[in-house]
Amino acid sequence: MPSLALKNLFYDKVRLAVTLVGIIFSVVLSSVQLGLFVGFQRATSDILFYSNADLWITSENVTHAEDGVPFSEKKLYKVLGSPDVERVEKQIVQFANWKKPNGADTGILLVGGNLDGGMGVPFKIVRGNIEDLNKPDAVMVEELYADKLGVSEIGETVEIGGFRAEVVGFTRGVRSFTTSPPVFTTFKNAQNFFGLPEDQTLYLVVRAKEGAELQALKTDLKNRVSNVDVYTRMEWTNKQRNYWMFGTGAGITVLIAAALGLLVGVVVVAQTIYAATVDHIKEYGTLKAMGATNFYLYKVIITQAFLSGLIGYAIGMSIALVVSYISQQGTTAIILPWQLVLALFGLTMIMCIGASVVSINKVTRIDPAMVFKG
Amino acid sequence: MNKAIEVKDLVKTYGSGETAVHALKKVDLNVFEGELLLLLGASGSGKTTLISIIGGILSATSGSCKIRGTEIVGLPQSKLPKVRLDNIGFIFQGFNLFPALTAQENVEITLDLKGIKGRKAKRKSTELLERVGLGDKLKSHPSDLSGGQKQRVAIARALAGEPHIILADEPTAALDSESGKLIMDLLQELAHEQKRSIVVVTHDNRIFDYADRIVEIEDGRIQDAETEKHGDGESLHIPTEMIEQGANA
Repeated sequence: MPSLALKNLFYDKVRLAVTLVGIIFSVVLSSVQLGLFVGFQRATSDILFYSNADLWITSENVTHAEDGVPFSEKKLYKVLGSPDVERVEKQIVQFANWKKPNGADTGILLVGGNLDGGMGVPFKIVRGNIEDLNKPDAVMVEELYADKLGVSEIGETVEIGGFRAEVVGFTRGVRSFTTSPPVFTTFKNAQNFFGLPEDQTLYLVVRAKEGAELQALKTDLKNRVSNVDVYTRMEWTNKQRNYWMFGTGAGITVLIAAALGLLVGVVVVAQTIYAATVDHIKEYGTLKAMGATNFYLYKVIITQAFLSGLIGYAIGMSIALVVSYISQQGTTAIILPWQLVLALFGLTMIMCIGASVVSINKVTRIDPAMVFKG
Repeated sequence: MNKAIEVKDLVKTYGSGETAVHALKKVDLNVFEGELLLLLGASGSGKTTLISIIGGILSATSGSCKIRGTEIVGLPQSKLPKVRLDNIGFIFQGFNLFPALTAQENVEITLDLKGIKGRKAKRKSTELLERVGLGDKLKSHPSDLSGGQKQRVAIARALAGEPHIILADEPTAALDSESGKLIMDLLQELAHEQKRSIVVVTHDNRIFDYADRIVEIEDGRIQDAETEKHGDGESLHIPTEMIEQGANA
């Protein structure tokens, strides 16, 4: 059988190019917008997601990580009283003031954890050693924001909250959703920089014993420790994401942009495929007159739409992945997890096939005069 | 002679109420095996509607239309493709070839619909194209062919399904007289030598001589139907107006 779908597709190169450009545009647009959304979402919460803690304990009614309310460190001992707790550490995540070497001020997100516990400590380190953070006043800076912070080398000194701080290393890829870059240090240093009283902490991070059931441990800790909220790492991460993405104007803007990107993409794909199918309507009418069944027509039309979608998606997603890679060298990352890549493939194919099926209605309602007249 | 097409009291009305258009008004028409019938009529007279119903593309409002004894009025839509595929070949004024396919592939499409594939399809499509004088144009695309050659590919495509009936809509309208003559010679040969029934809708007075019978349709009604027959010694009837038109052309 001569593959009518395949030959139709490749015969008219200009029409093929127009169809593919529509699909490619739509795939790139949807991918970039949704990738930006994912990138922003992660930027809000990577510090929590990669904290390596099983549970986070906060003061009651804290809405997001940067809004921590101090509480007594004595609660740490009550937490330790739980048989399912392996380790508990104090943790600080809070905005602070950074004075650059040239004297200018800027805001930072100070993250202080206990290195021994291995929870809430720097990750994605590209320069320096984590042990160097044990030095007094030592901090690690995110390389992507080095210019903004006015530092570029290990050993440079700045001021945080009026106290001297020395850069001992750099991370790469820990982004911030706000304008305040993340700066890592120890809990003790952070306590000084932030001016938190000795017996206070903003958070407790908990590692459960192996095999412990986290929801049960959460309930146990909530009963043991008064006036706190207990979250699993993912619950806390999601709360943080929801706060920034849905509780603030900034997040909603990104979300709306992503939704619009997706919508425009869907419309462009549908319109493009519909037009491409309708362009061949007379041929389908002829086939029908010749005795082709609806199933035969559907097969030709859907195959053509599927091939267009497949080629358009492959090119479009390749472009989007390159854009994503380039973006990840900067502070605004377009992140395309495999689930999103797969979902967009499904969506593209559904839209292509869906639009072609809609246009089939035109074939079934075709005016016979259209077939008979030149 | 056996009737290949038997139309009785055929009515087709588009729309309803005051805006209804009565395209066919109780049309009676028989077409016999081995007959080449010309269907004449002005624009809007109902001839395209009539061959659309005979061809099983359009549903009639009422009446009867039998294709080789099978009633197609009232037949479910799902059954019509098989009736078309088994019985009818179409030839269109605009050729309606698939531009992306070669001449051979255009013919193979019909064979594919009939379930004939691979080498057998290649062999048969080659034979058919050789029969219409296009043995050297198997790999040519329609855009590389002249109007007459395109119509011959269309005839080969129509013949690929081995239909008993061929419905041709203005097959010579877009052709010069020589190409038109070649096409009509072919259609006449198919009717007389292979006993196929051929209905040609036309305005082209150059081809009247090829007709076994000429039927005129006017305002949804057949004029002078089956009054004169060619073959078996009977004389050919051509409506007077058409002769005048031909003389004036």
